[in-house]
Amino acid sequence: MMSGRKRTLEAFSFELVMTLVAIIALIIIIAPSLVVLIVSFTSGFSLRFPPPGYSMRWYVELWNAWQLHFAAKNSLIVALWATGLSVVLGVAAALAISRSRTLSARLLDSLFMSPLVLPALAFGLAALMLFSLVGLPVSPLTLVIGHTVVCVPYVVRNTVAALAQLEPTLLESSAVLGASRLYTFYRIVLPLIRPGIIAGAFIAFMSSFDNVPVSLFLRDAATDMLPIRMWQDLEGKLDVTIAALSGVLIIATVALVAVMERVTGLSRRLTS
Amino acid sequence: MGAAPASRDVTSYGLGLAAPLALFFLAFFVAPLLQLLWLSLHNDTAGLHWGLGQYLHFLTDPFSLGVLGSTLLLGAEVTAVCLVLGFPIAWLYQRVAPKLQTIIILIVLLPLLTSVVVRTFAWIVILGRQGIINATLQSLGIIDTPLKLLYTQFGVVIALAQVQMPLMTLPLITALGRIDPNLDDASCSLGAGSWRTFFRVVLPLSLPGVIAGCTLTYAAAITAFITQSLVGGGQMLFMPMYLYQQASTLQNWPFAAAISIIFLLAVLAVVSVFTTLGRLSRGYGGA
Repeated sequence: MMSGRKRTLEAFSFELVMTLVAIIALIIIIAPSLVVLIVSFTSGFSLRFPPPGYSMRWYVELWNAWQLHFAAKNSLIVALWATGLSVVLGVAAALAISRSRTLSARLLDSLFMSPLVLPALAFGLAALMLFSLVGLPVSPLTLVIGHTVVCVPYVVRNTVAALAQLEPTLLESSAVLGASRLYTFYRIVLPLIRPGIIAGAFIAFMSSFDNVPVSLFLRDAATDMLPIRMWQDLEGKLDVTIAALSGVLIIATVALVAVMERVTGLSRRLTS
Repeated sequence: MGAAPASRDVTSYGLGLAAPLALFFLAFFVAPLLQLLWLSLHNDTAGLHWGLGQYLHFLTDPFSLGVLGSTLLLGAEVTAVCLVLGFPIAWLYQRVAPKLQTIIILIVLLPLLTSVVVRTFAWIVILGRQGIINATLQSLGIIDTPLKLLYTQFGVVIALAQVQMPLMTLPLITALGRIDPNLDDASCSLGAGSWRTFFRVVLPLSLPGVIAGCTLTYAAAITAFITQSLVGGGQMLFMPMYLYQQASTLQNWPFAAAISIIFLLAVLAVVSVFTTLGRLSRGYGGA
């Protein structure tokens, strides 16, 4: 690393400070998840760290917590619908705007990306107001619509990025060889951008499953959503069952990210 | 989208494919926001009397202005912490072997995809009276009584910084990867030290990434409702919770709508300031 350079004290101090801060920052990033994982195996009744002893009791408790199961099922169903809708609408829109340099394409791009920066809580309230104005009662349907608005940007962004990597000559060659646009799309474009679509769909799914601000306004009383259930449980009492549930969610996330890294090269996708 | 004429550019698709999503956004994103704006311009809950009463109420009420101010300040503090901690990660990333690079990215990425409630819950465990920090300090004999860390500004800032760190680090990694490593060597061989090279060459050239990271972190930090309310507790009130209380508990929709619009404008103002800076910095970086 340092070949051809004099290792002066000054350079050394720089490298030392930067490396130390980086390692501290990485520890701060990873530590909370590890702490929760450890606490979830406590044998005690509190979230004391380190735990007085270890057991699986809270995972057994979680197995019987039907309220959490019900909420998890609802969150899963809404996330699947919102992701599906986001992929259909988002991929089509990405195809339209990715290679176009016109003003309208760029405006559409900004419009589709804006839910990422606007406060989701304000959007949730706005959507609730509109739905009540037109007489559409809150239901799983309004949840899916609201989630799709805040999740579709991830699909659009990742698909546009995948399309930008696509060699235009491939499409030209395919056309020259007599393939129709539809045939070229299914046989050339889709296979090449598929990892990008999957990565976008994955992030959309995770953000829908985790969404609180939109769900708070757009769910009906019968539709309990997992993150809201967890949030309300945490506001009331610090239940160790939530630690066990958090343990399950952390492990599931690590496993899904590992699979996605294999399938789509997720880490490269998010840094290029 | 039937058979396209042969003369048409085969490498691009018609804008018509964007129509379904555009219509979806018009109906379920643009229309709700317009309705929000419409209601905020009314003085009564039924929306019969036009007026700027809600905005006047907010802008003349010291309490409301205080909530707005502390929210914007919170965003600035979180962004600063993320930048100071995130930049060294991006720097380290550029000088380790590819295997370690993947590990660093995955470490940075994991919190982004882990449930926000779970991440916030972790900080309750860490910062609580019996939490890891107090337990360690007490066993070392540094303190006798547990420190109050939860429900403090410090607690909210550090928890939010961890939660939003990926949004800062990922653009920084991208930006640092685009800098020609020869510039670093050139600066050093011309006699500038490592610190000087960092502040005069690396940092300015990475400004587009810094600005992208700051925009995302700031917008996410001030809207991070769950972390703010769980780590901040009842005493600290920020804009999202204020909005939610007015809309949900008090059912004061016009005032909640005005809070939303003011909050939206504040976020937009910050984003556009950063975007302008970004445009300027790209010119700088390219020069």
